[in-house]
Amino acid sequence: MQALVVAAHGSHLNPDASSPTYAHADAIRETSAFDEVREAFWKEEPHFREVVRTLESEEVFVVPLFISEGYFTEQVIPRELRLEGWDPALWNSDGTDASQVTLEATDVEKTIHYCGPVGTHDAMTDVIVERAESVTGDPDVGDGVGLAVVGHGTERNENSAKAIEYHTERIRTRDRFAEVKALFMDEEPEVDDVTDYFESDDVVLVPLFIADGYHTQEDIPEDVGLTDDYRTGWDVPAAVDGHRVWYAGAVGTEDLLASVLLERAHDAGADVDDVVESEHVVGGDTDHDRKPTTTVGD
Amino acid sequence: MSADPIPVDAILEAAADGGIEFDGLRITAADDEYSLETPDLHRTAPSESVLRDILETIPASVTNWHYWQERVGGDGTARRAFLRWCERAPIAGGDDGLEHVSIDDPLTVSQRYAGLQEGIDREWGQLAITTRFRDLDDADTDGERVYDCWHVADADADVADLEVFDDPRDARAIATEDADGRYRPLKTAPTLASGWAFTGLSGDELVETVGFFYPATIANWHRELHGDLDISHWRETAARQTGIYDILEELPREALEWVAEACCVDTECLCRREWHYDEDDELAVDGGDGPFPCREPCSLVVAAARQWTILESERERTYELEVTPSELNQLSAIVDAVAEDRTDKIREADVGDGANRYRARYLRAKRFGADGLKAVERTNE
Ligand code: SF4
Repeated sequence: MQALVVAAHGSHLNPDASSPTYAHADAIRETSAFDEVREAFWKEEPHFREVVRTLESEEVFVVPLFISEGYFTEQVIPRELRLEGWDPALWNSDGTDASQVTLEATDVEKTIHYCGPVGTHDAMTDVIVERAESVTGDPDVGDGVGLAVVGHGTERNENSAKAIEYHTERIRTRDRFAEVKALFMDEEPEVDDVTDYFESDDVVLVPLFIADGYHTQEDIPEDVGLTDDYRTGWDVPAAVDGHRVWYAGAVGTEDLLASVLLERAHDAGADVDDVVESEHVVGGDTDHDRKPTTTVGD
Repeated sequence: MSADPIPVDAILEAAADGGIEFDGLRITAADDEYSLETPDLHRTAPSESVLRDILETIPASVTNWHYWQERVGGDGTARRAFLRWCERAPIAGGDDGLEHVSIDDPLTVSQRYAGLQEGIDREWGQLAITTRFRDLDDADTDGERVYDCWHVADADADVADLEVFDDPRDARAIATEDADGRYRPLKTAPTLASGWAFTGLSGDELVETVGFFYPATIANWHRELHGDLDISHWRETAARQTGIYDILEELPREALEWVAEACCVDTECLCRREWHYDEDDELAVDGGDGPFPCREPCSLVVAAARQWTILESERERTYELEVTPSELNQLSAIVDAVAEDRTDKIREADVGDGANRYRARYLRAKRFGADGLKAVERTNE
């Protein structure tokens, strides 16, 4: 038997923090690719400490639902899972390359395949692009349109910026969007000045965050100028300094993210070929679809 | 509905292949002769066909074996143990000698088969769980169990008055908010909203449902049952922390008693706290008496204790303030009302209650300034 554990942050204060985790886990449950699928959290239950013991499977694939390598993926999750012999060097990564490492946990007799975070997987690039499509309602979006991939910046974790830049570069080389830029919340180039960095009239803003919360629903909309008061919402697109800015919150709510979880487990040796090959997992019930009121490029 | 034949083939195979010793049914095979025992019967059978005839006269023993060995399976798993517990069966199928707060005298197969007609009830935190036969008409020849789960407060309610669910995942949404719509960050808090029912669940679905309401409680209960619950006491938990929780080790020993009293007693959390300050340094505060254990400080307690560690680092001072005896009592009443989560139950005009809103506003108008309570720090006389 094989199990998938989706390891996420969760929240003691905000019930919505875990919604994407549940939605993506459910989407994977629907595929029956794993005998067991569990959500696990740092701030909710089951906790990382207790999740593996709830499984009957001997092979457990743990995929962190985090954007970048860093404190949580390198210290907190492995420690709380009690991974024996864990060392971040085992991932042999310079910030965006972690794939997986196979270890035992000291409290259960199981094999744990500890995978890199979803945020740095190559398939995440497609999720960002899909978010640009869904927020504009245009499956071919790109021509004459600028794309801004937005992240925290290095203040908390230098790898966070690396992940943003990694995907930005990958999208740029596809030559699909007129312009592609990485912007940050706490360092230059700052997302507040988004319109200074783009010549295109239409700019799609995709924040590389797992869940919606303060940053994606309050900070960014106000700082970018989509609205004066986040509580009143904003238009999609919103007019800002002569540009039209398309924005709908954290990319982690995009349905396609479930397939990145699967890809991670697949890379780590999970027997999910059938599902991975049959293309996209149909996503769960996420609530990202703020329907646009205009057409991109109008 | 016509009765299906009693499923004797699998049991015959198992009898021939090493014999059976399960739930009071014992079949041994030697030299082409079978010996069969139940609590009420002792027979020998010179051939398999005679054994088959005998088995057909004891459908309860046969279908019980079939349900547990062929349908539930999972020997040694927490899932199986929990389902056994739900119908008050001996956990391991024999006299396993297990002693645990959650276990009372186990029932025999015939007692259970009588009970499963109406349903056998258990409580797990605020969950009422009933195990019953799926099909009452053919109960003896079918033996298949189903499980119902609802809030203990609704135990006597008519199912028609409850919102009925059958997908275990629906438990997540039910468990997210309390009856007042407030987020429940601690799943084992005794604030589960009522008004719903899961009916006709399979064993696997029941275990999944309970797992969403009270994650990992079955696994930890099962470990404790077998004497291998891995408890992490406070000191070990604090020492493990990094980042912003690194400071936890500085929480004074006595403060941990207050933490446990604030968060872990049964009025706040239904887990039975088994962790202490250290293995040989127990907390005086009662850990509770629920069926499932808490094996280490949870994330909520860790987060709250971080706050208390910061607050406890302050030096105590002496203040002087002027209040009447009643006003002093009123301060106690206000703290008490908040601590007992009683504020929304105090009526608007109940000015006899010190924690009444008007009373509090009056006190604030009289004794509080821009910086809060008017008090003067007493410096060295
Ligand atoms: S630490 Fe306390 S509050 Fe947390 S689960 Fe255990 S008993 Fe409950």
